[in-house]
Amino acid sequence: MSAFKRHTTENEKRSLKNRVFGIAVIALSVITISPIVLIISKLIIKGYRQINLSFFTETAPDTLEAMTAVANDEVIPGGILNGITGTLFMVLLAVIIAVPIGILIGLFLYENAEKRYAAIVRDISDIVQGIPSIVLGLIAYIWIVKGVTSGYSALAGSVSLAIMMLPLIIRSTEETMKMIPLPIKEAAVALGVPYHKVILRVMIPTGLSGLMSGILLSVSRILGETAPLMLTALGSPIVNFYIDKPTSAVPLLIWEFYNDPNMVDLIWSSSLFLMGIVLAFNLISKYIAAKRK
Amino acid sequence: MQKNIIDIKEPVLRLENFSVAYEKGKKAVENVTASVRKNKITAIMGPSGCGKSTLLRAINRMHDLYPSIETTGKIYLNDEDISGMSNIKLRRHIGMVFQRPNPFPTMSIADNVLAGYKLNGTRLKKSRKDEIIEKSLIDVALWDEVKDSLYKKGSFLSGGQQQRLCIARALAFQPEVILLDEPTSALDPKATARVEELLVRLKKRYTILIVTHNMSQAARISDYSMFMYLGKLIEYDKTNTMFTNPTDTKTEEYLTGKFG
Repeated sequence: MSAFKRHTTENEKRSLKNRVFGIAVIALSVITISPIVLIISKLIIKGYRQINLSFFTETAPDTLEAMTAVANDEVIPGGILNGITGTLFMVLLAVIIAVPIGILIGLFLYENAEKRYAAIVRDISDIVQGIPSIVLGLIAYIWIVKGVTSGYSALAGSVSLAIMMLPLIIRSTEETMKMIPLPIKEAAVALGVPYHKVILRVMIPTGLSGLMSGILLSVSRILGETAPLMLTALGSPIVNFYIDKPTSAVPLLIWEFYNDPNMVDLIWSSSLFLMGIVLAFNLISKYIAAKRK
Repeated sequence: MQKNIIDIKEPVLRLENFSVAYEKGKKAVENVTASVRKNKITAIMGPSGCGKSTLLRAINRMHDLYPSIETTGKIYLNDEDISGMSNIKLRRHIGMVFQRPNPFPTMSIADNVLAGYKLNGTRLKKSRKDEIIEKSLIDVALWDEVKDSLYKKGSFLSGGQQQRLCIARALAFQPEVILLDEPTSALDPKATARVEELLVRLKKRYTILIVTHNMSQAARISDYSMFMYLGKLIEYDKTNTMFTNPTDTKTEEYLTGKFG
């Protein structure tokens, strides 16, 4: 009888512990999620009014236009076309610079995983990932703004973004290659295929989705970068597609809107847009990675 | 000549004092001297870790892929030293099939069969391609099952079908020797039986060297058997002779299931 009783109290204790722990887990996850929900809802509530056709087809308004609109309680005219084109342009340039270099370094690390030199390269790549982005902006300023384009330029912006992308692409390339089963590689070698063709025609196509998801993830990482662009691309009121001219970008515009009391509404809509794009890239990259498994 | 090693006249393959070491001083295969008879199935048996796969992989110089592996001794293919042959020439003559089916996942069934030509940049006429695809797939008894989906990816095939596709890929080159590294260990009994049937049929045209840790498989299909233990070739004889009347006590213990 007593043994049975002891058993039930033990059980009750256990189920109590269980319940307390369950509640704690739920509470903590709510706390974690709530800022994200709050941010997204705030952006949507504050920003949706400004998002219309002209938001995508017109350049940023000047202060006077914005002031008149705000005074008359109207929607601020103009949009962020210069920012969108500038971001696309610089990100594209950064991808062109960083992807080939990153993939080659990643392949090198995979092929020579054991070598000391590879370990050093891997460490350096990790360090680069930890460098504050504004410092990378400074470097690009010295190298490109001062050295190559003698003035603020899209090229300088893309170089700073490309340096940020590199470690991510290197890592994802190496990891992707490691995940390809060795027998696939050996099958190609056993057919007498020269080594460079094994890499180009078998390994890269087999790991393509992994490489793609790595690239997309690194793009989503740099889309919202502001600090390095302030020192390199500077910003521009017009749509620019010259690599040696100052160029705008969505995050740069957000910063400009922030500095102008009349353009507060545009901050929200631009942020909403930027977040949407970053989110989209993130989800696509996740989708590709998941499909692969 | 070692006492337990059968002498074979006019061999296709000849191994002379051949050793493989993964690390310096630690030999996985030690001083193997043996010859392989043309158009026969030769099985390499032995317990796990005895070096049978290592020896097989040395025959088409798979170890070149890993610079830390050292090989010594000679292997001759029709009296030509394989270490002097180009990769493409060697591997055109000696095909390989692996333990797990490994068709190229990005390629269609047809492209997998032609992979040896395609990846090496050999251009073929359409009619020649179709001929090679059909012939190789008929050889492995896969043609009827896949002829309507030749240009689809091979991922929907079963494990056994994939393995036969891999054999077809090796056959497409019309090699002299086919090396198989435990080709049925990932397959179910039915698929295994089909692969075995296939090998027995193929030996008329090819010399087959198969690594297996399945004694009954060796007994069923092979004409000659090698028994390896701790990196050494202990005994090599006609399969019948070895299974009924082994010379070495180690072989006898292995064949009667005392270890391995």
